[in-house]
Amino acid sequence: MGTTPAPFTADASAALGGPQWLARRRAEAFGRFAGMALPTEAEEIWRYSGIDSFDLDSFAPISAPIPAPMERGGGSSDLVVGEALARGLGPRAALVVTRDGVVRAVKTEPDLPEGAIEISAARAGGDDGEKPPGLGELGYPRDAFGELHEAFLADVVLVTVVPKVLITRPVVVVHLVGPADGTASTPVSGGTFSCFPRTLVRIGRSATAGVIELLASAGSSALVVPVTELDVAEDGCLDYANLQVLDQRSTQLALQASRVDQHGTLRSFTAALGGRYARVRTDSDVAGEGARSSLLAGYLGTDDQVHDFRTLQDHHGPRTHSELLFTGAVADRARSVYSGLIRIERGAHGADAFQTNHNLVLSEGAHADSVPNLDIDENDVRCSHASTVGPIDEEQRYYLESRGIEPSVAERLIVLGFFSDLAAHAPFEGVGKFLEDAVRQRLSGRLPGDRLSDAPPGDGDG
Amino acid sequence: MNAPSAPRSNERRGLDVPHELVVDALRAGVPGREVLFGVDLVVRSGEVHAVMGPNGSGKSTLAHVLMGKPGYQVLGGTVTFDGEDLLAMAPWERAHMGLFLAPQYPTEVPGVRLTDVLVEALASRGAGDGDAAGAERVEGLQARPAAERAWIEAVRLGFETRLLDRALNVDLSGGERKRSETLQLAVIQPHIAVLDELDSGLDIDGLRVVARRVLTGVDEWGLGVLAITHYRRLLSALVPDMVHVLVDGRVVAEGGPELAEEVDRTGYAAY
Repeated sequence: MGTTPAPFTADASAALGGPQWLARRRAEAFGRFAGMALPTEAEEIWRYSGIDSFDLDSFAPISAPIPAPMERGGGSSDLVVGEALARGLGPRAALVVTRDGVVRAVKTEPDLPEGAIEISAARAGGDDGEKPPGLGELGYPRDAFGELHEAFLADVVLVTVVPKVLITRPVVVVHLVGPADGTASTPVSGGTFSCFPRTLVRIGRSATAGVIELLASAGSSALVVPVTELDVAEDGCLDYANLQVLDQRSTQLALQASRVDQHGTLRSFTAALGGRYARVRTDSDVAGEGARSSLLAGYLGTDDQVHDFRTLQDHHGPRTHSELLFTGAVADRARSVYSGLIRIERGAHGADAFQTNHNLVLSEGAHADSVPNLDIDENDVRCSHASTVGPIDEEQRYYLESRGIEPSVAERLIVLGFFSDLAAHAPFEGVGKFLEDAVRQRLSGRLPGDRLSDAPPGDGDG
Repeated sequence: MNAPSAPRSNERRGLDVPHELVVDALRAGVPGREVLFGVDLVVRSGEVHAVMGPNGSGKSTLAHVLMGKPGYQVLGGTVTFDGEDLLAMAPWERAHMGLFLAPQYPTEVPGVRLTDVLVEALASRGAGDGDAAGAERVEGLQARPAAERAWIEAVRLGFETRLLDRALNVDLSGGERKRSETLQLAVIQPHIAVLDELDSGLDIDGLRVVARRVLTGVDEWGLGVLAITHYRRLLSALVPDMVHVLVDGRVVAEGGPELAEEVDRTGYAAY
């Protein structure tokens, strides 16, 4: 197989330049990509996705040469945008802003303990630099989009937390996509712009820290293929949030891969609100003995949006624990897919794994698929999964209406209530509030509201 | 049908705009089954009515048909509120007219805080809302924000104030739910309240507190009450002006408070 789509060529990949290790890495990835077919819906992992109608040819990589990371000038205006977007998220340890996958600004708060966190761009070491340790170890096997990412990524945001430090405020990484003020990159050909944001977070032994990634674009129908690697060492703890508010015309194919070593903890929270088609593959390797992984996500689709989640809770270590709660709502003609697998590998005895997916379907044209799965190769484990798909509860709506609350308001309250438990468990207060505010904003004026046909109960036969 | 001789609060409070719920020959039920076979009732501001009846007599059907619960069907008769056709209205419009229902089994609404419900309930009514009596009361409790009023009522009713910030009815005991219903009634201050088995789940002290709050409402703002109950227990604390005995979907006897005692003595079989 493997006819390489026209705009994404070996030459275009090679032209991106940068340090030798990165160029070599891109070339190798491109070779693998060229040998792969793009996925089709016939594959279980792409079922319901609509990927068959995806046309990679209509997109193009950014034109070389890529600007150097952390440039001044254009970078400062991106910093202003990043600061504005991060403002509602609460106090932070540092702010990183990328645009189109290129690191544009790093701003560390002055009171951060010196040397506790290293934040840099992988290209910062110059052409003779070395591959950052730990890069590209998680989330394999990669699919064609994963390899495409490796072949065309511009920069890597590196967040390294040294052992035994505790930093309560998160590092906020804002990924801006698409044209803003003329500083944006341009695609090589006439195709629609694409970019490949990359983040690697490494939490040292017995260290505790937090990272929030926010993906935003305006006025752009870009293809965004982000890869995030979260590596938590022994006894480490990472609170991670991913807030996706891309333009509703954009396409996202994301990979969030994590590994937690013994007695480490990952608390991950994803809020998916943007995108025309926005997919997140979440691979959580609960690797070391006693490791814990908590995966939460909230999503809301309106108009013609499609949100697509594929999760893997992969238990390798004994007495490991994972819990997953994905909560979503679809309105208008929106669709959502949740497909999750708990895999308990041999040796992971005493593992404890839960998977819950709840979906609220807010209009007749909307649709949600929910497919939980278990694959258990070990005895003495506790696993469970639950999933629901349904409309707003009629009794709940009636009860609120009986208090004089109009149907549209009642439905908004119920939908917000539906997300509130999730928001309450968000790793940072600002993140929970971000989700709730976004849901509230998106729902205003969108719920049917006109429910007069439900009452009076006088019509019909007796 | 003898009208109550002395509607209490209308005289005491001198309300010049009494409100009136008129149920006339109401026939209703659920698909395939008629439950109410022609019920007549008139409840006015300041009056306390009791509907007593055995299980299956149609008491809760009456309550839900009055509020407009989906799934119930009106088969005949009329219901008006201040002369307007209540049956043509959505539940929230009925509530805006001034009708309130405390259901027998209050619904759990996950994630929706009681305080938020009251804030929205009052906000949806807006200022004034064509309510002349309300405009006069505005200097009092009603002028305060919903959350503050809820807090005050919680204290009055012995309802733990922390529950105001918890999800509506979720993980609440039966007694807490009934205190919550009474609290909501006191904050919203409807003109006519239908109380379906308000006493169920309450111990005797809770019953007294809740009944006293309802009766205070009768005095405070001329609340009219339609208390639906199986037992006389509630009525010992919430003494009615008039008792209607509902059996098999029909009002079979009416009278003063003494009728409740008689029913208690003889049982419903005599009807």
